[in-house]
Parts: sequence; structure tokens; C-alpha cells
Amino acid sequence: MLAARRRGDWLTSQFFFVMVASMFPLGIGPDPVTLKLIGPGVVWVSALLASLLSLPRLLAEDYRDGSLEQMLLTPQPPVLLALGKSLAHWLIYGIPLLIISPILGIQFALPAEAIAVLMLSLLIGTPILSLLGSVGAALTLGLRGSGVLLTLLILPLYVPVLIFGAGAVDAAMAGTGAESHLSLLGAILVLTLLVAPWIAAAALKVSIE
Amino acid sequence: MSESVATLSFHDLRCTRGERELFSGMNFTLQGGEALLIQGGNGQGKTSLLRLLTGLSQPAEGEVRWRGVKLDKTSETYHREMAYIGHLNGIKDDLTPIENLRLASQLAGRTLNETQAEERLVQLGLGRCLDLPCRVLSFGQRRRVALASLLCSNALLWILDEPLTGLDVHGVALLENLLKAHIDGGGMAVLTTHQPISLEGSNIRTLHVGSPAQTSLAS
Repeated sequence: MLAARRRGDWLTSQFFFVMVASMFPLGIGPDPVTLKLIGPGVVWVSALLASLLSLPRLLAEDYRDGSLEQMLLTPQPPVLLALGKSLAHWLIYGIPLLIISPILGIQFALPAEAIAVLMLSLLIGTPILSLLGSVGAALTLGLRGSGVLLTLLILPLYVPVLIFGAGAVDAAMAGTGAESHLSLLGAILVLTLLVAPWIAAAALKVSIE
Repeated sequence: MSESVATLSFHDLRCTRGERELFSGMNFTLQGGEALLIQGGNGQGKTSLLRLLTGLSQPAEGEVRWRGVKLDKTSETYHREMAYIGHLNGIKDDLTPIENLRLASQLAGRTLNETQAEERLVQLGLGRCLDLPCRVLSFGQRRRVALASLLCSNALLWILDEPLTGLDVHGVALLENLLKAHIDGGGMAVLTTHQPISLEGSNIRTLHVGSPAQTSLAS
């Protein structure tokens, strides 16, 4: 339904992800113990920031050229539109990020099983970021300085995802098992999947008025 | 459902922007085979009225009805039978005109094959730029792409905000003919324009937005 249209555009957030995550080993020094300790957190924070970087573009372009109006005037319910937008965002931001993450894991000297858990937590976690992000993008649509406002609005909402996502990897390395963190993450995903598209659709209607 | 005849009506419509009242007590009923030309100076609320009619924004008071049912209750039917072109064309700059038409149709839940899309575009005089991205087209050409998607929508009701902006003499004549054919075929249209548009022979009614007193004061 909604195609990824511009090629060069979405790669920026992937590069950003890689760059931010790579700065830490360079800055902190090549001590495997420290790196292993901070690794999961750094990868997760980079993922959050990369998602924020790509969010303002999610709806802004459609808003500017008027296609958002047209989409709202189609017989489809706006909720479906909001859900489709989140899905599209996840496909072009979340999936490439998942594919790059093992390489970053190696950079932080994470053991193989921790990398697997990291990917799994990102797999569950990044759709949450896209869904919550679509709410923020819809709310800040058409405002000046919306990028900063979006960051302020959405980052606090990302905190639980960060805690459980990075927590899962830490737990896996400590040998206590990551299941509990991952199931909590899954619960958050189900909850946002149920709630976020509705809020985003309502916000869209308000923004377009 | 008291009536299922295609009518667009609005009752005691009031529209405010912030503290300011743009218009109030607006009443009108439009039936098949009729066009409504909305007139009024800049900033008098023409576009606001059209947006109320599309359902994109909500009136402060009063209601808009389609086939006798209030808009929010019938939005799915209404949006299937209505097509709107606003100040923005709603076309994607990175896609070619054909892709644009097909995307719009898909979003609206219809299928449109490449030949049909091509026919519409040729009809609107865009035969030479079928495979160029819309980014490189001129303003008027993009306006024509938007009009082509209007034709593809097969909508009963057209809502057009300043449709003549950016069109050349041929474009205006083309649109006049399209409008005539649409209205004579039993369709409806609501439009605003500052330019003279000749639709002789068709059933045109006009409505003034903004109080005349205000207008004379302003001038």
C-alpha cells in the first residue's frame, strides 16, 4: 500500500545508527570487559536515536504535498492509514537496523548468544518505536521546529523499551535468561499495537484541520 | 435513511478560526446535475467552507449531510463518492503521472490498469510526459495530473478549490468541458474560483461567503 519511495533518504538513519554505536568503542578504548558491559545499552540507545532521526519524515512529506489529505479522504479508516504508516516506517528503518546489529554486537565483543538475544529484542522492540513514533509524528505535524518537539515528546515513551531491550541482553550475558525481559517487551508491543494507531489517527485528524 | 437521492446539504453552518467568526447560518442544498460556485474575497472562508464539506474539518455549529445523513456517520460512503482537489495537488513528486494515478486509485480501493491511466492523462494533454517523474513537470502540468486523478475517481461529487490556478487557456477550456460533461451527466460539483469560468447551459448556482457589509468595509 505504501511504498518506500526515496532510496537515498532512508539510508541516512542506518548510517547514523552505525556511526553513533561505533563512536563509543573509539572513545572509551578497546577494553573488552568495559565494552561488553556497555554494549547492549549503546546499541539500543543508537537504535532509539536513529528512529527519531527518521520519524519527522514519516508524515511531513505527505503533509506538504497534500497527499495526506487525499489519503484521509479515501474510504479506508484513518486507523488503517496510521497503522500502514507505522508498518512502512518499520520496514525501512527497523529491518535494516536488525540486519546491521550483529556487526555492532561483534564490535562490542558480545558473545554469540548475547547477539542473538540482542537481535530478538530489537525485533520485538523496533516495531514499538515505529508505532509510538507515528503518534509523535502525527501530533507534531505542520509545527515549526517539530523535530525537537517530537524528540521531547517521544523519548520518555521510549524509556521502557530501552530498559527491557537492553536488560534482556544484559540478563542473557549474566546467565539469568532473557525470557522475562523479552516477554515484557512483547507485552508492550501488543499494547502499543492496539492503542497507538488509534491515537495517531486522532492526532492526524486534529493536525490536518 | 430518509432519502437516498444524492444530495449534499448543509444546515446552519458556522465556521470560526480562533476567535474570529468567518460565516454563520449558511444553508444550501445541492442536487445531482447541479454545480455550486462559491464566491467571496480572499480570507472570507471559501476554502474553510470547502474543507468543512469534505469532512476534513468540523464545523463549529451546524452540520453537513450527504444523502440526508450526517457526514461523520456516512464518511465511508461519502469518501467513496466524493473527490477533492485543494490548493495542494496531492501527487507524489517522485512518481510518474501514471504511477500517481494508480497509487491514488489503490488507496481508494479501486483498480486502475496502466492503459486506463494513460488514456486519462492523454485526455488531459499530458501525453508527452507519461514517464517523467512529476518533480520535473511544471505547476500547470501537475495540476493536470491532479485533475486526471479526479477523472479516474469516478466520483459523483467533485469539490474543487481554485481548480483553474496554474492552468493555461487550453487547460481552462478543457476543465470547463469536463465540468459540463460531469454536471450534465448527473454529477455534482462545488468549486471556488476568482477567474471567470463559463459553464453556460449547465445548472449553476452561486453562493457568497462572508457578509457583504464586511466586504464593503474592507474595500
